[in-house]
Amino acid sequence: MTLTQHDIDQEIAARHAAYEQRLADGGPVEHQPRRDYAPYRSSMLRHPQQPPVTIDVGKDPELVELSSPAFGERDITEIDNDLTRQHDGEPIGERITVSGRLLDRDGRPVRGQLVEIWQANSAGRYAHQREQHDAPLDPNFTGVGRTLTDDDGHYRFTTVQPGPYPWRQHVNAWRPAHIHFSLFGTAFTQRLVTQMYFPSDPLFPYDPIIQSVTDDAARQRLVATYDHSLSVPEFSMGYHWDIVLDGPHATWIEEGR
Amino acid sequence: MTKIDSRRPESVLPTPSHTVGPFYGHALPFRGGEDIAPLGHPDTVTVHGYVTDGAGKPLPDALIELWGPDPDGNLPTADGSMRRDPASGGFLGRNGVEFTGWGRVQTDANGHWYARTLRPGARGRSAPYLSVCVFARGLLVHLYTRIYLPGDAAVLGADPLLSGLEDARRDTLIAAEEEDGTYRFDIRLQGEGETVFLEFQ
Repeated sequence: MTLTQHDIDQEIAARHAAYEQRLADGGPVEHQPRRDYAPYRSSMLRHPQQPPVTIDVGKDPELVELSSPAFGERDITEIDNDLTRQHDGEPIGERITVSGRLLDRDGRPVRGQLVEIWQANSAGRYAHQREQHDAPLDPNFTGVGRTLTDDDGHYRFTTVQPGPYPWRQHVNAWRPAHIHFSLFGTAFTQRLVTQMYFPSDPLFPYDPIIQSVTDDAARQRLVATYDHSLSVPEFSMGYHWDIVLDGPHATWIEEGR
Repeated sequence: MTKIDSRRPESVLPTPSHTVGPFYGHALPFRGGEDIAPLGHPDTVTVHGYVTDGAGKPLPDALIELWGPDPDGNLPTADGSMRRDPASGGFLGRNGVEFTGWGRVQTDANGHWYARTLRPGARGRSAPYLSVCVFARGLLVHLYTRIYLPGDAAVLGADPLLSGLEDARRDTLIAAEEEDGTYRFDIRLQGEGETVFLEFQ
C-alpha cells in the first residue's frame, strides 16, 4: 500500500497527542526524540528494544566517557568555515552566515572544540554519490565545513542557504532545509549530531524527522533565529543558533580545553 | 528561541539530537579514521565486526566512533586525528607517532567496520574498555556501548557495568578473540542478541 503524507500526518499527530498526555499525567519533559519514532520509518528496525543500561558517572570520575577527544588547529584549514571559498568559483545560492555558541548544560562555553557541518546545495542536492535527487550539483559547492569554537564557545560559518529536498519514505515527502551539525563537548557523553533548521519553514508540520522531537519547545531549539546583526552588508543573511550539549560531564574544569 | 541566555539556568536546555542521515559520507569520514594506533606499536589491536538491524541485515551506512585510553590507562590529549593539508584542503591522515585515542569509521557496503587502536589500559574501577558511539540513518539519537577485550576473567568479573548484567547480555559487550590481537565485536541494534547500550547520568 502506498504510504501518503496524510498517513504520516496522522501518525505524527498521534505521537504528539500521546506525548501531551504523558505530560498531563505528570511525565517528564522529553528533550530528545524517542528512538522508536515510527513515523520516521527508518527507525523501526534500528532502535534497541531493551532499555539502555544507566551508568551513574558520579560514582567513578575515571570513566573514559567523561573525557573527550581533542582537536586542534592542524585538524582544520583556514577556510574550512567558509563553504563558499572551497572551489575555484562561487557557489550558486543565497549566502548566509550561521553563528552561535556551544554550551554545556550549566551554560558554560565549550572551548576549542570541533564543530563539523554538512548540507545540501542551494538546489537541495548533496555532493554524495548515492544521492539520486534530480537536482543540479554545484561544482563550486561541496557543502562540508569545520571550525573550532573560540574561548567563549562561539562558532561561525559562511555558506549558502541549503534547499529543501524530496526523499522517498512516502509519496511527496520533503525535508525542510537544514544544516547537519556534529559536535563534541568536554566529555564523550556530550557527543551530539543534529540538524539546524531555518525560521518559519512551511515544511515543518509534514516532516517526521523534525516532528520526532515531540516537545514543542525542544523542537523550537532546532530552529535558528534570523539575526540582522549577523548579516554582512552587501554579502550574507545572518542566522544565530546556540547549541546546548546534553549529557553529564566532569564537574572540574580542565585547563586548556 | 535559539539564543540561550547562559545567565538564566532555566533557559539552558539541551539541543535535541537528530539522525546523521544517509548522506554524511562525503563529510564525516576521513582518511586514516580507523587507523588509530601509532604505526608499528607493539600494543596494537584490531577490532572489527558488523552492525546489524532488527532483521539481522547489515547496515551499509552506520558510522562508528571509538574513544579509549592508552595501554597505561592514560587518556590521550593529542589532537591531530584528522590532520589537514593546507594546500589542498584534503586530509593528511595521522602522523603515525602520536596517539589521539579517537577514531571514526563508516561501515562498508557489507555492513562491516574495523579499527586498529592500542589495547586500552584500566582506569578507575572499570575493566579496560573502548567507548563506542554509533550513528546511522534511522537512529534519531546515537547509541553508546563499550568494547571489553576478553582475557582476565577476574578483572572483567569485577567491572561495575559487566557484573550487573545477566550473562547473555554481558557477553554482547565482550569482543571475541580471533587470531592474536584481532577481536570481533558485532553491534546488533535490535532483537536477538541485542547489544547492551548505555545511558549516562
